[in-house]
Amino acid sequence: MSLNTRRALRGLALVCALTLGAAACGSSDDGDSPENVSGKDIDAALKKGGKITVWAWEPTLKKVAEDFEEKHPGVEVDLVNAGTNDKQYTALQNAMSAGKGVPDVAQIEYYALGQFALKESVTDLSGFGADELASSYSRGPWSAVSQGGDKTYALPMDSGPMALFYNKKLFDKHKIAVPTTWDEYVDAARALHKADPKVYITNDTGDAGLTTSLLWQAGARPFDVKNKTAVGIDFKDKGAAAYTGTWQKLIDDKLLAPITSWSDEWYQGMAKGTIATLAIGAWMPANLASGVKSGAGDWRVAPLPQWTKGGKASAENGGSSLALPTASRNKELAYAFIEYANHGAGVQTRIKDGAFPATNTDLTSDKFQQTKFPYFGGQKANQVFAESAARVPADWKYLPFQVYSNSVFNDTAGKAYVSDTSLADGLKSWQRKSAEYGKQQGFTVHE
Amino acid sequence: MATLQSAAVGRAGPPPPRRSRRSWAGWGFVAPFALVFALVFLAPIAYSIYLSLFQDRLIGGTTFVGLDNYQRALDDPEFWEGLGRVTLFLAVQVPIMLGIALLVALALDSGRLYGKSFFRISIFLPYAVPAVVATLMWGFLYGTRFGLVGDVNDAFGAELPDPLSPDLVLASIGNIVTWEFVGYNMLIFYAALRVIPHSLYEAAEIDGASQLRVITAIKLPAIRGALVIATIFSIIGSFQLFNEPSILQDLAPNAITTSYTPNLYTYSLSFNGQQQNYSATVAIIMGLITMVIAYVVQLRGMRKGA
Repeated sequence: MSLNTRRALRGLALVCALTLGAAACGSSDDGDSPENVSGKDIDAALKKGGKITVWAWEPTLKKVAEDFEEKHPGVEVDLVNAGTNDKQYTALQNAMSAGKGVPDVAQIEYYALGQFALKESVTDLSGFGADELASSYSRGPWSAVSQGGDKTYALPMDSGPMALFYNKKLFDKHKIAVPTTWDEYVDAARALHKADPKVYITNDTGDAGLTTSLLWQAGARPFDVKNKTAVGIDFKDKGAAAYTGTWQKLIDDKLLAPITSWSDEWYQGMAKGTIATLAIGAWMPANLASGVKSGAGDWRVAPLPQWTKGGKASAENGGSSLALPTASRNKELAYAFIEYANHGAGVQTRIKDGAFPATNTDLTSDKFQQTKFPYFGGQKANQVFAESAARVPADWKYLPFQVYSNSVFNDTAGKAYVSDTSLADGLKSWQRKSAEYGKQQGFTVHE
Repeated sequence: MATLQSAAVGRAGPPPPRRSRRSWAGWGFVAPFALVFALVFLAPIAYSIYLSLFQDRLIGGTTFVGLDNYQRALDDPEFWEGLGRVTLFLAVQVPIMLGIALLVALALDSGRLYGKSFFRISIFLPYAVPAVVATLMWGFLYGTRFGLVGDVNDAFGAELPDPLSPDLVLASIGNIVTWEFVGYNMLIFYAALRVIPHSLYEAAEIDGASQLRVITAIKLPAIRGALVIATIFSIIGSFQLFNEPSILQDLAPNAITTSYTPNLYTYSLSFNGQQQNYSATVAIIMGLITMVIAYVVQLRGMRKGA
């Protein structure tokens, strides 16, 4: 028995040594200076051919990958859906720390890019000539991929300038004007709910993405990245007060439908006309068309309500980029692919399939702006979106650990939706929890 | 691998040493088991313990921190809150569930029930429904807008409280778990009841014992072992509560926090916060606590039986 145990333990020691060895020898560090890769190198790589692995969940990339392969015989693009949002980031981070199985290209949302940029686990593309593309992209997405500095960690794939999607039929029926400011929005919410108690102006059960976008529009800058190790988190500015003040009214008077976005109830609510508006990114039309078929013709798009009368502020909501993990083995080819998909001919292919671009030439092109949306009763909705894109303030920053912070939003700020806690206090405890995490992760946190 | 290597050395070793007489045949038989056991049972535990001694931070990378993570877990209000919640769940839900299961098993065993097989299978059926499906289904029923609760409110003009509000959601989870596992526990009890020799009942009848007396004096003592087993399973199940809250979280994101139960907490820690090391620590502490409590219950349950 004891010998058996000893033997078992010896075997175990070996197993552990193997596992730990693999885990420990994973990390590698690349220098700080960007790699210099010229157009010639990229052309050579394209001629030579090879295979790249792309991790992305964006459906429109499928056609792009096929076209790219066709254009460059010998190049093989392996498009893998390794999960959506945070699930993919977890897989990506695991692969990165294991040092193997890392894809050559990865889709990363703007709010999550900071975490990868901080660890230098995505390549600075300046050396590939990406920094010269700055003027090609609208401001919000570009500031996200450049992380507010002179590096370029990814190429913007799409963008989500915000707009107000509203059910025109419902507003007409109750003879209520479409709100142009958030104060009017609150009034419209009251009027709608009074006219028909089943109708809510919108749904909200606490959504970090929506809150940060509205703060962005309101001029609040709660997150600050001072340098690589110091961050600031503070919800005390005027913009934050404007947001909490208005939103608190909606919460207090129970004017927000307690329905979580993307749930079945949500789609049903829009189809049944109990959710009247959505303040959301410009990528929404395709989702409406497929998820709320019965709403075709009823819905329209208006500019996002403003915090001050006559204001012209907007914000981004969602959107993602394509980045090159540092561990990629075939960066020339990988860059050629993301350049094609996000800057070259691939953009048109993706617009055709319903994606919303981040490239200025497309946003301002006549063809794009004149597109009529049958779902919106023939409205040229892209004009509203493009105008919104041009008005996004570029100085917004996300935390380098925004993925974690957003995951605890409902633990903290979410309390405002289901208890007596005020939204302002909820944001305070969100701040505290994020700061605590930041300190644990080794940051200096200014609050 | 180690075993194979030593076996080879044993065979091909220098000709006359004393040890060569030892037979390695026995080890050969044990080796496959020992290897699999080490690989799938011991290695993950050892790896978790190893992980729990480190800290991987965004700034500074991985460092050895000794027992710091354990210290942090012991001071972590979120961990204790989650543990308190599952303990409350255990104290309330498990007795209710086992009570109902016992009642049903006794009713089935009494032989006075019409349509016994139908009754038995329909009580057992929920156990065959995957927990994920069951929770989604109950989630719909709980809905105050489009669900059953909403329909009742509409039909009777009633104002039922929201089962997914922070105050009620634990009870709602308890309801789902009870629904799922009554049949399973019932079957354990019923199987134990079936093996009691009938001569005992006959003797009791001759002595003029009432049905209640038969239950308390014969049936319950006879199935004590099954009761203890079912209790231990339920304790472990309660402490590992994960599926139900995790799925309901989508419907009630503000009521079910990311640290609602210890298991959900470990999940959130490693998947949202990349804190695998701390997550491993919490898992190990939770495993120890579960082990201790289950062991105490087993000791007590069995001692009374002796």
